[in-house]
Amino acid sequence: MIRNITFTSISVCLVLNAVIAASNISWAQDKVAAKAVELKPVSTFQSITDEKQRSVALFEEAGKVIQHPRCVNCHPATDRPLQNLTMHPHQPPVTRGDGGMGVPGMMCTTCHGSENVPVIGQAETIKSIPGNPNWHLAPIEMAWEGKSLGAICAQIKDHERNGGKSIDQIVEHMGQDHLVGWAWNPGEGREPAPGTQKAFGELIKAWAQTGAACPS
Amino acid sequence: MITFKLNGQQRTFDGDPDTPLLWVLRDFEKLTGTKYGCGIAQCGACTVHLDGMTRRSCITPIATVDGSEVVTIEGIEGKEAEAVQKAWVAIDVPQCGYCQSGQIMSAVSLLQMTPKPSDDDIDGAMAGNICRCATYQRIRQAIHDAADTMEG
Ligand code: FES
Ligand code: FES
Repeated sequence: MIRNITFTSISVCLVLNAVIAASNISWAQDKVAAKAVELKPVSTFQSITDEKQRSVALFEEAGKVIQHPRCVNCHPATDRPLQNLTMHPHQPPVTRGDGGMGVPGMMCTTCHGSENVPVIGQAETIKSIPGNPNWHLAPIEMAWEGKSLGAICAQIKDHERNGGKSIDQIVEHMGQDHLVGWAWNPGEGREPAPGTQKAFGELIKAWAQTGAACPS
Repeated sequence: MITFKLNGQQRTFDGDPDTPLLWVLRDFEKLTGTKYGCGIAQCGACTVHLDGMTRRSCITPIATVDGSEVVTIEGIEGKEAEAVQKAWVAIDVPQCGYCQSGQIMSAVSLLQMTPKPSDDDIDGAMAGNICRCATYQRIRQAIHDAADTMEG
């Protein structure tokens, strides 16, 4: 009898694994690019004499980060975060909840701790579980998924849709915020955002200083 | 040395700090009610309460549990747990039972935070707990029943 129970447990466990393995494609982590994508430094843009054009060019460079899945995945257009470079809906199927922290019984902290956690020897496709002390979704008014860079730029400057931030606060948020910084330290199995947070912050600062112009 | 409270008792662990909480519970504490299903935070079988909130123990390094309080299926108590237990028994929720300790830990947490959950609340809370036997309808019913009995 005891044997039977053990056997049942093991076989169910294997079946559960099989169910999960069957869907592994959608849960697979990124195929990390062989060479990290760099950001051009601010100095590259000095040659653009027209200030407005320079500002737009700076923002377009910063846009390589802003529109990277590492950032957009947590700025979704629905209540469901995205995952992976393919930006598929988050598995398990979690929802935003109050303050973007998840729902009762399934808060983000159910799986996401204060640091990335490597997962050893469990799956070919999932090498780590991401974490940050402030892990949460961006509010719906800050949704970037599916938007053009020009639309995102206007949104970032709009007090109604940027959490009431001044342009200086935007510069600080982009360049200093620890959760934003996670995009460059996303844990094993995930491609980091292009460049560094410092280089990104400098581009945003230079963009602000040149009038914070938006691509059309 | 890692120190934590487990089901109300002070415990220590001096092995590898990267050891997942699940394996500390099952292999060292011999509390095998918490199950292993996937090891990658995808099934919910390993759910416990960490400082009063649901947590997947398979992806929780024991080092991060230092100073915290862990409650497992063996130690869960309170009015929500009692109501859930009764409701589960009343309509025979489990099929094979493998996923059920995780289901119950999520259900109790939901009721602690939302005493009268809607179907949507239940679906949201239980979305990360897979049941291979597909007992989802009975789980949802039993949570509603538990909420009703708590209301008295
Ligand atoms: S064993 Fe932890 S979520 Fe599956
Ligand atoms: S009762 Fe069998 S896996 Fe849920």
